[in-house]
Amino acid sequence: MSLDILFYILGGLTIGTALMVVLSKHPVRSVLYLVLTFFLISANYVLMNAQFIAIVNIIVYAGAIMVLFLFVLMLLNLNKENEPKHSPLMTIGAAVAGGGLFLVVVAAMREAILAAPMIDANSEQVGLVENLGKVLFTKYVLPFEVSSILFLAAMVGAVLLAKKEKQTIE
Amino acid sequence: MLLATLFESGVKIEHYMVLATALFVIGVFGVLYRKNAIILLMCIELMLNAVNLLLVAFSTYFGQADGQLFVFFIMVVAAAEATVGLSILVLLYRNTRSTDIRLFNKLKN
Repeated sequence: MSLDILFYILGGLTIGTALMVVLSKHPVRSVLYLVLTFFLISANYVLMNAQFIAIVNIIVYAGAIMVLFLFVLMLLNLNKENEPKHSPLMTIGAAVAGGGLFLVVVAAMREAILAAPMIDANSEQVGLVENLGKVLFTKYVLPFEVSSILFLAAMVGAVLLAKKEKQTIE
Repeated sequence: MLLATLFESGVKIEHYMVLATALFVIGVFGVLYRKNAIILLMCIELMLNAVNLLLVAFSTYFGQADGQLFVFFIMVVAAAEATVGLSILVLLYRNTRSTDIRLFNKLKN
């Protein structure tokens, strides 16, 4: 089936762009690769029939959060190449730690025993807005309201951090 | 229709587990390897997205909506975290004129 090939192409591209985020020297290029990674992850969500999460992922991550990162990058003017040289010991250490973590987690997952997938007529509708909204506003209505308080706290914190500097200038 | 063909076409849930693990490990590697604080925050976003991918995969696999709502809440927390983290970073940059994390090891000077 062609979905098989589509998954491998998407997965390979996702891992490739994620690696480029880490390895590219230029911070702006890194941000743009991260936007590409988010779009590819959204494509993976569409492949899994989770349309709502795919759209929210594009709007929130590729839209809002990445614009925030780009704004800060432009504000700090890090465009010039001032990244210090890495020591080779640190590079080897990071690679060994990451590779070791990957091997351990994959080895642990090979032992995992999973239940059979539950695919019926209802499971096609799971990722749609109607079904997610029903569950969100009945079962998860309290976390939903608490998250609004979290946003308020984050907003107050960001304003406070920006305002404090202004007072010291005056 | 699409879903049934996806899981019967040879793509197993294990494939998604390996893909999410690879993305998470790339994020961990980036946090250990890079010295720029903005790239570090981006690697944290990458790790959060790896977890999101696995949550959506299992949510689809078991036909339950709960996993996708957890992804929704993770996105909320990630947005708040990025806002506060970046504003702290701007303040640190005003003090040190750099985003090198090795300069931030002394918070009190």
